[in-house]
Amino acid sequence: METIAPFLEGTVRTATPLAFAALGETIVERSGVINIGLEGSLICGALGGLVAAGYGSTWVGFTIAGISGAAIALVFAIFVTTLRSNQIITGTAITLLALGLTGTLYRQVYGSAGAALQISTMQPMSIPILSSIPLIGQALFAQPPITYVLYFLIPLAWWWLYRTHSGLALRAVGENPEAAIAAGVSASRFQLGAILFGGFMGGVAGGVLVIAQVGTFAEGMSAGRGFIAIAIVVLGRWHPIGVAIAALIFGAASALQYLFQSMGWGLPYQLFLALPYLLTLLVLAGVTGRVRAPASLGKWEID
Amino acid sequence: MSELAAFALLGDVLVRATPLILAGLAVAVAFQGGVLNIGAEGQLLIGACTSTAVSLKLGSSLGPVAIVVALIIGMLAGALWAAIAAELTNRFHVLEVISTIMLNFVALYLISFLVRGPLQEPTKIYPQTSTIAPSAQLPVILEGTRLHIGFILAIAAGLLAWWGVRNTAAGFRLRLTGANPRAARIAGMINVERTTRNVFLISGALAGLAGAIEVHGVTFALYENISPGYGYTAIAVALLAGLNPAWVIASGILFGALEAGASALQRDAGVPSTLVWVVEAAVILIVLGTESYRSRRSRRFVAPELAPAQGAS
Repeated sequence: METIAPFLEGTVRTATPLAFAALGETIVERSGVINIGLEGSLICGALGGLVAAGYGSTWVGFTIAGISGAAIALVFAIFVTTLRSNQIITGTAITLLALGLTGTLYRQVYGSAGAALQISTMQPMSIPILSSIPLIGQALFAQPPITYVLYFLIPLAWWWLYRTHSGLALRAVGENPEAAIAAGVSASRFQLGAILFGGFMGGVAGGVLVIAQVGTFAEGMSAGRGFIAIAIVVLGRWHPIGVAIAALIFGAASALQYLFQSMGWGLPYQLFLALPYLLTLLVLAGVTGRVRAPASLGKWEID
Repeated sequence: MSELAAFALLGDVLVRATPLILAGLAVAVAFQGGVLNIGAEGQLLIGACTSTAVSLKLGSSLGPVAIVVALIIGMLAGALWAAIAAELTNRFHVLEVISTIMLNFVALYLISFLVRGPLQEPTKIYPQTSTIAPSAQLPVILEGTRLHIGFILAIAAGLLAWWGVRNTAAGFRLRLTGANPRAARIAGMINVERTTRNVFLISGALAGLAGAIEVHGVTFALYENISPGYGYTAIAVALLAGLNPAWVIASGILFGALEAGASALQRDAGVPSTLVWVVEAAVILIVLGTESYRSRRSRRFVAPELAPAQGAS
């Protein structure tokens, strides 16, 4: 029990930012767009969230983190929905832009090695009764409050996608934009909205890293989580509930190190750092052949 | 500026340009073949670490042959690293953009492990390897600068790639596959899977060579931050060159000047060197914007078609 508890707690903690980013990307990909620039939204959200939380409250921090993520995603959206540029190359440029911008701003304001901005992190909040459920209670219900927001967002995203008219329209755009346009749906506007939402969620994910976990900013601290989130969307089969479960699997892979450390296995720590990336490769190799992506995903270029 | 300082700056620019040209070629050749290889960074790192390992073992015993062996090993290792992504693409239809980025991170942590473990220098204080033997270092070609013969190799590779893509049957298959894989498959002239694998191998070999040359010409030892993101900058280099290998040489030198300038600016004026990434991203976006504008006017499809998205076959 003493070894399992920190492992489960770590699983949910690591999964939280991944789930935010992947849930947003799910909506984006359902609209037929693949946003590789999600990593850029994460890093912008991390810096924006840190600065805002440093001057305002924690929740202001998360809001500004989301807006920062959406702002960089807007650049992606303009290129993809109006110019119909290649989505992969645009997304790569957005990630590079975001890493450069955040690095430059941070060094400019705080100096390259100088005093880093520190904030006190959001503390876990135990939910009475639920947190006393054996085994999973502490892991699921003694987390920072931002995690609980996810518990509402995941079913909400499911309900919107499958039970509302606009959710249906969004999915139609992702399957066959020409048909959707013929049916009177403004495909580009749906994609624009989806990309901005995805950017906001990616930004919040970055905010979670600094506000709920680390308490400070480091260059490149998003460390590929945006790309991992994209793999999570595939593993979760473009379905909000599936994506939430997939995020937990990735969280567990990262949290394995707590388990192994407590068992006294002297494995190199770099192995654990590399594990989520290796798992992404394995998952994509094992899953992609058997699941069906939205039919027009990534394909709508220069029409 | 004195003549001597100007000379040193020119050397700096070309030294910086060398890995950018080679990695830029890796990206350009891959993109032309319809393979969106974002993994030049990882392939470069793997090339750097295997060639270092070989030179540390053989550097003093083989004499001048050691350099040749080390560079070839670096190329093979880069190709092998890219082959993983090739198999994932061909067999499992994994989007290569994601697989190559994941492999970049794995390569980074592998080096972190090696320079703190099996390859660490004997005193075990610094996270880096020992310095390779002088006989295994690439000779300097411009007295008074750090400019080494690797620059000439990079130019030669660029010209060879330019000729190969234009004038050989393999180059034709590469361009056809990149332009429209479905048409290439249906026409029955081309084994798309094999072409894709070859594109990955060539691309990985070029990036691996970039890493091997960086170690043997500039750093002489392996450490974690051996590449300040050459593999990512290479994407901007290749796109600015319009994926043409001959132009990659020019755009590699331009970006070499940008990076050398950026680090000089950081040193002298305190301007953060990460600003260069912003410039690079702007270059990519401007190229994308003008390309889309041009193809809208001519109604001609110029960009290589995207590889099938996940799940599609």
